[in-house]
Amino acid sequence: MATIEISCVEVWREISNYLESEISAELRERMEAHFKTCAHCTAVLDGTRNVVGLVGDGRVFQMPQGFSKRLDKKLQKLP
Amino acid sequence: MSMTESQLRTNEAALIKSVCAGEREAFYDLVRPYERMIYATAIAVVKNPADAEEVAQEAVLKAFSFLSSFRAEAKFSTWLVQITYNEARMKLRKARLHLYESIDDQQQNEEGDFWPRDYADWRPIPSELLEQNEIRQAVQDAINSLNPSYREVLVLRDVQHLSIKETSTILGISEPNVKTRLHRARLLLRDRLAPGIDGSWIKGQPYRKARAW
Repeated sequence: MATIEISCVEVWREISNYLESEISAELRERMEAHFKTCAHCTAVLDGTRNVVGLVGDGRVFQMPQGFSKRLDKKLQKLP
Repeated sequence: MSMTESQLRTNEAALIKSVCAGEREAFYDLVRPYERMIYATAIAVVKNPADAEEVAQEAVLKAFSFLSSFRAEAKFSTWLVQITYNEARMKLRKARLHLYESIDDQQQNEEGDFWPRDYADWRPIPSELLEQNEIRQAVQDAINSLNPSYREVLVLRDVQHLSIKETSTILGISEPNVKTRLHRARLLLRDRLAPGIDGSWIKGQPYRKARAW
């Protein structure tokens, strides 16, 4: 069965859900067919995946120096 | 060796029992693995490190006082994040920042389609880059530049790796709403970070600014 084509706007709308695997197998197939031929949408997909990887890296939000120590101190004061 | 989800729960349930039985020391062990999570949640809302630390401390103290009301069906980490999130919102409200934020929120149009501004082809970003202070700062600044309703969803889901369901519970919004905001947040962040990946971040790698029109 031929894959029904999908537009760039429709692809953008679903990019995040695509990364979450929150789309139907049918839509996934249509999007993948689109990515094969559309460099722009592939760039948006790769960039979005990059962003998710970057912000998900535990090093982005580093705790201030001495954070744990000061927290422990607070806890020690508990009644 | 990492613990399975059920081992973790059993372990935490035992610690909670000990704390409730008066063994205060067990509370450190219970909370310590989540320090970073608590801090990241706080800073996502209040934005600055000093306020975030204060919120984190208040949240942990609150968690201690209310530990006996923790229900075993819930995940302890989600419960902690929920407390931290509430505490952070309260802090903001006290700072009266909500006036500006609520206006900002109303101007959102979550219905319309998002059009990416830039179609640059990114090469995967080498993970070592995050060892650099400037890069971490650039990512944090980009996250901070997001509207609060997007930032909070992004931080819970993509920074803390909570599920869509957990994110929806904590923020008190529906799951489809979480997905819509997450989508916006990710694409916005991509647009905001892309110009920074112009070779100043990745030496010797091509970055081509390209627009469809």
